[in-house]
Amino acid sequence: MTGAICLVVGFPAVVALGVWRLRAVRGQLAGLIGAAAVHLAGTAVLWRAPLPTRIGSLIGIDALGLLVLSLVSVLFFAATLYSVPYLLDGTHDAASAPQRFVPCLLAFLSAMSLVSVSHNLALLWAAVEATTLASAPLIYFYRRPGSLEATWKYLLVCSVGIALALLGTFFLGVASTAPDGQAPGLGLDQVLAVAASLDHRWLRAAFVLVLVGYGTKMGLAPLHTWLPDAHSQAPSPVSALLSGALLNCALLAILRFYAICVAAGQAAFAQTLFLGLGFLSLLVGAALLLGQRDYKRLLAYSSVENMGVIAVGLGVAGAATYGALLHMVNHSVVKAALFLLAGNVLRAYGTTVADEVHGVARRLPMSAALLTLAAFAIGGSPPFGPFVSEITIFFGAMGGSAPWFGVAFVVLLGIAFVGVAGTLFPMLDGEAAAGGRSPAERVLTVLSPAALAFIVVAFGLYIPARLDDLLRRAAAALGG
Amino acid sequence: MSSGADVLLAALIVAALYMVATSRLGACVRASAVQGIILGALPVALEWTHGPQAPSLHAGLLAFGALGIKAIVIPRLLLRSIREAGVRREVEPMASLHVSILGAAILVAAAFWLGRHMDLPFPVGSRLLVPAALANVLLGFLLIVARRQAITQVVGYLVLENGVFVFGLGLAAHQPIVVELSVLLDLLVGVFVMGVAIHHISETFDHMDTTALVSLRE
Repeated sequence: MTGAICLVVGFPAVVALGVWRLRAVRGQLAGLIGAAAVHLAGTAVLWRAPLPTRIGSLIGIDALGLLVLSLVSVLFFAATLYSVPYLLDGTHDAASAPQRFVPCLLAFLSAMSLVSVSHNLALLWAAVEATTLASAPLIYFYRRPGSLEATWKYLLVCSVGIALALLGTFFLGVASTAPDGQAPGLGLDQVLAVAASLDHRWLRAAFVLVLVGYGTKMGLAPLHTWLPDAHSQAPSPVSALLSGALLNCALLAILRFYAICVAAGQAAFAQTLFLGLGFLSLLVGAALLLGQRDYKRLLAYSSVENMGVIAVGLGVAGAATYGALLHMVNHSVVKAALFLLAGNVLRAYGTTVADEVHGVARRLPMSAALLTLAAFAIGGSPPFGPFVSEITIFFGAMGGSAPWFGVAFVVLLGIAFVGVAGTLFPMLDGEAAAGGRSPAERVLTVLSPAALAFIVVAFGLYIPARLDDLLRRAAAALGG
Repeated sequence: MSSGADVLLAALIVAALYMVATSRLGACVRASAVQGIILGALPVALEWTHGPQAPSLHAGLLAFGALGIKAIVIPRLLLRSIREAGVRREVEPMASLHVSILGAAILVAAAFWLGRHMDLPFPVGSRLLVPAALANVLLGFLLIVARRQAITQVVGYLVLENGVFVFGLGLAAHQPIVVELSVLLDLLVGVFVMGVAIHHISETFDHMDTTALVSLRE
C-alpha cells in the first residue's frame, strides 16, 4: 500500500533525475517505458487495497483519487508506447528539443500522481502547481513562435488561476478557524470533520475562488483561453496527456472542495455555480467547434465542451454525479485516442489545417477507421462510453427540478457533434495527394489509440463491476 | 488606532496604484521592489501590534525570505531583462492610463467594501489586512489585463501574488507553516519560469511586446 503510493509518485521523479543528463535517446526511452510500466503496476496494486486508506497526514487514496490516478496511469502508458517511434526517428519538425522531453514527461507524471494521492489541501495545491511547471517545457517542445505564444499564455493564465486557488485555500483556512484561534489545519479529513461548523460566508467565497482558479486549469469557460493554444501546439502525445489526464487532476482539486461544501450543507450553492460555468463551457465549446478549421484546436475545444458536460453533471447532482464521473473516464480515454490519431495525421500531412488534408482513409487506413469510431464516440452516439455517461446526466436533469436543463444540454451536445463531424469526416475522404500508405502508420502509433478505442467501445456496452463500485463510492463522497 | 502595520499596508496599496499609473517599465519594477521591502517588514510589524516583543524566529525568517526574493532577486532579474530588451515604456497599453487609473480607484473601493463585509473570525493586528490583500489581487489583475508588455504582466502577477501573500500572513498564526512555504514557492516558480519565457520571447521576436503573440486565434 504505502510502497505502491511511494512508487507511483516517487519512481517517475527518480527516473526523471536519472535520465536528465543522458544524451542517448534509447537510454531515455528505456527509462520512460520502465517508469510507465512500474507506474501501471503500482496503480494495479492500489486497486486491490482497501479504500479509503490514509498514510500519514498528507497522503492517502480514496475512490476519487484512485479513479484519477488510474486514468493518468493508463493514458501515460499509452502515450509512452506511442512516443517510441515519435522520438526514435525524429518528428515532422526539425526545430524540436528532445533532450528534455523525457525528463519533463516523467516529472509531469509524478506531479499528476501526487495530485491524485494528496489528502491535504496545501499539498494538493503545490502538486497542481508542479504539474504546470513540468508541462510548460513540454508545450514548448517545438521551438516555434506559435508554441512560445502558447507556452506564455499557458503560464500566465494558469499561474493567475493557481494564485486564485491558493487564495481560495486560504479562505477555507479562515472558514475553518474558530473564533478562539483553534484551526484544524488544511488536511482533507480534518476539515471534513469540522465541516458542520465552517463559516459559510468564507466557505462560499473559498469555493468561488477555487472553482475559478482550478477551473482555469480544467478548461472551464471563460478562463479556457490557454487550452486550445496549448493543446494544439504541444506534441500529440503531450496533448493527449494534457487533455486526458491533466484536466482531470484540476477537476479532482475542485471536487475536494466540493466534497467539503457538501459536508457543510452548501451543496446547492456549489451546484448552481457548476451549472453556470458548465453551460457556459458547453456553449463556448460548441460555438467554437462549428467551422473550426484546425483539427487539433477542434479537439481542444471539444475538451472545453466535455468539461462543461462534467460540470453540468455535477451541477444537476443526484444520479447525474455518477454520470459526471463516468464521463470524466470516458472523455479521457476517447480524447487521448483522438489526439494520438491526430498526431498520425499530422505526421503524414505536416499540417493541422483540416482543408489541406484529404484522403486519410487511403493513406492511413487504420487511423482513419479509428478516427471515425472515436469521432462518433466523442459526439455521444451509441453504443460508445460517452453516450452512456451523457444519457445518465440527461436523465438526471430530466428527473430533477429543472427539465429544461436536460433539453438545453442535448441541443448543445448535438451542435458540438455537428462541429466535430463537419471538420473531421471530410478529411477522411478523397484522393491522397502523395498516394500509398504513409510510413507514419506503424504498429506502435496505431496500437495505443486502438487499445483506447477498445476501452471506449467496451464501456459503452459494459461497465466492469469493480469500476462501477469505484464510481459509486466516489459519487457517494460527493453526495450523489 | 493606527499601528505600524496599518501604515505598511496602506503603503502597499499606494505602491500598487503607482504601478497602474506609470508607463515606465523601470519605475514599475522598482515599485514592485518597494512592495517587496514592505512585505519584508510586515510579518514583524504584525507581531509588534500585539505588544512590544522581540520578533519570533518564524516572523524573522518569513521577513528575510520575502525581502530577499521579492525586494532583491526578482526586481534585479526583471531590470536586467528590460536592459537587454531595450524597452523603457509601455507603448499603447490595452487600456489607456486614464482608464486604468479610474478602474484602479473603483477596484480599491471594491476591495474596501468587500473587506468590511468579510471580517476575519480572529484578530490579525490590522483592520487593513483584508482590504489591502484584496486590493492587491484586483490591481494585479488589472495590470495583467490592461498592459501588453510581458514585463508589466509579470509585475502584475507579482502584485497579485503579494496580495495573496498578505492574506497568508494574516493566517500564519493559525495555520501551519505550509501556508508561507507555498506562497514563497508560488512566487519563486511562477516568476522564475516566466523570466525564462520572457528571455525566449525577447530572443524570438526581438522585443517583449505580447501583441506579437496573437497568431493563435480563431
